[in-house]
Amino acid sequence: MQRHFEYELDGLKSNIIKIASLAEEAIAQSIKALLEQRKDIAEQVIAFDRQIDEYEIVIDNHVVDILALQQPVAIDLRFILAASKINNDLERIGDHAVNIAQSAVKLADAPHIKPLVDIPIMAETTKQMLRDAIDAFIHKDAQKCRAVLINDDVIDNLNRKVVNDLVEIMRKDPGTIDKALDLIRVSRNLERVADLTTNIAEQVIFMAEARVVKHGTGLTAKQG
Amino acid sequence: MTQNDAKIVTRNLNLHYGDKQALKNISMSIPPNKVTAFIGPSGCGKSTYLRSLNRMNDLIDGVKIEGDVLIDDVNIYEKSVDVVELRKRVGMIFQKSNPFPKSIYDNVAYGPRINGVREKSRLDEIVERSLKRAALWNEVKDDLKKSGLALSGGQQQRLCIARALAVDPEILLMDEPASALDPLATAKIEELIYELKSKYTIVIVTHNMQQAARVSDFTAFFYLGELIELDETRKMFTTPEKKQTEEYITGRFG
Repeated sequence: MQRHFEYELDGLKSNIIKIASLAEEAIAQSIKALLEQRKDIAEQVIAFDRQIDEYEIVIDNHVVDILALQQPVAIDLRFILAASKINNDLERIGDHAVNIAQSAVKLADAPHIKPLVDIPIMAETTKQMLRDAIDAFIHKDAQKCRAVLINDDVIDNLNRKVVNDLVEIMRKDPGTIDKALDLIRVSRNLERVADLTTNIAEQVIFMAEARVVKHGTGLTAKQG
Repeated sequence: MTQNDAKIVTRNLNLHYGDKQALKNISMSIPPNKVTAFIGPSGCGKSTYLRSLNRMNDLIDGVKIEGDVLIDDVNIYEKSVDVVELRKRVGMIFQKSNPFPKSIYDNVAYGPRINGVREKSRLDEIVERSLKRAALWNEVKDDLKKSGLALSGGQQQRLCIARALAVDPEILLMDEPASALDPLATAKIEELIYELKSKYTIVIVTHNMQQAARVSDFTAFFYLGELIELDETRKMFTTPEKKQTEEYITGRFG
């Protein structure tokens, strides 16, 4: 007999997939706006964030209802706790897309101060991390999370490189400072997105294996 | 919900057992094709109220009932109402499963036979349909001649549900239907309740608040013979209006 509780969990999972795809799309569009210097797209991303915010609240309410009405335990409880935190992380990712879009608006009117090479790589890698993390969540697949955790280091290194390159450009030509600071802002926002995606992966490991791996506590023994 | 949408409407229902007032001015509407759960501490009146919905209290000496209970807009306490007919429409499931000492088949066929169904093929059809709706068919279909008393506790309770369904009721009253069962049998009964609501209006009394939360769409909280609060279950268990409800469901009194 299929328990109707399982339909509730499926519904929650579908909602997480939905908000994740909205967040991923927001990041993709904000980077597109930056690269193609399209203010219109940037403004769409900024307006679109409302939808993500509304979705977050829908999921929050769904989580409260399930906890209050179904008294989940074990893997079900971990799934719901993970979904709740992942929901908040995805909403924050939407906010970072807005930050990137705001910088894209400011950088749209004049040619870029340098060819953008590393930022598109960061964006692609980050999106892939997010896809992997959500995929891992859907399939309760902790293995898949390892790739996400490794990629976070790649993003951190790229962020450092972008910042160093831009500092060098600013030194040589202080007239670039405003634009360089906005590019640094974009890079830092992508780095934050990767961090939040790492949090999502850690939640998936907690859900699937009942192990806490956040804050570098990867060796914490299985509880209970 | 407006009264017009309701399956059962109670207006100013007062019930006394001798000098003791068990129900105080209960007014509420119960929607069709939903599960409505009654919760509250022992002696709060929830079972008394449940039993007043198919006039089971009439059998008790010294009971005095005032007020209206309307099912599909007809007051069931009118003199013209045939109580046997009423109980056909409003079936009841009790805490302790009470199959007759007869075969599984005869337990389910009992009601239809009393109502004059004689034809074997018709009875077969009713027995099969009722056992299927009660989610028991697959477990007993090869052994319908076996005594109902030989089934496990959870199966016996589902047999009683099948027996109630066999006379095509519109409303099912359940008084603690799972409190004598183990967790797996309880889960089956709860799942069954969830499925049955598409065809029936279900009212359930339960001491188990978590069960009320899991199975019901609406929850009513009774205390000292009064209806304190009735609302959507999700609202009652997340943001109840009344302080007494909050204190009861969080285990702070009662």
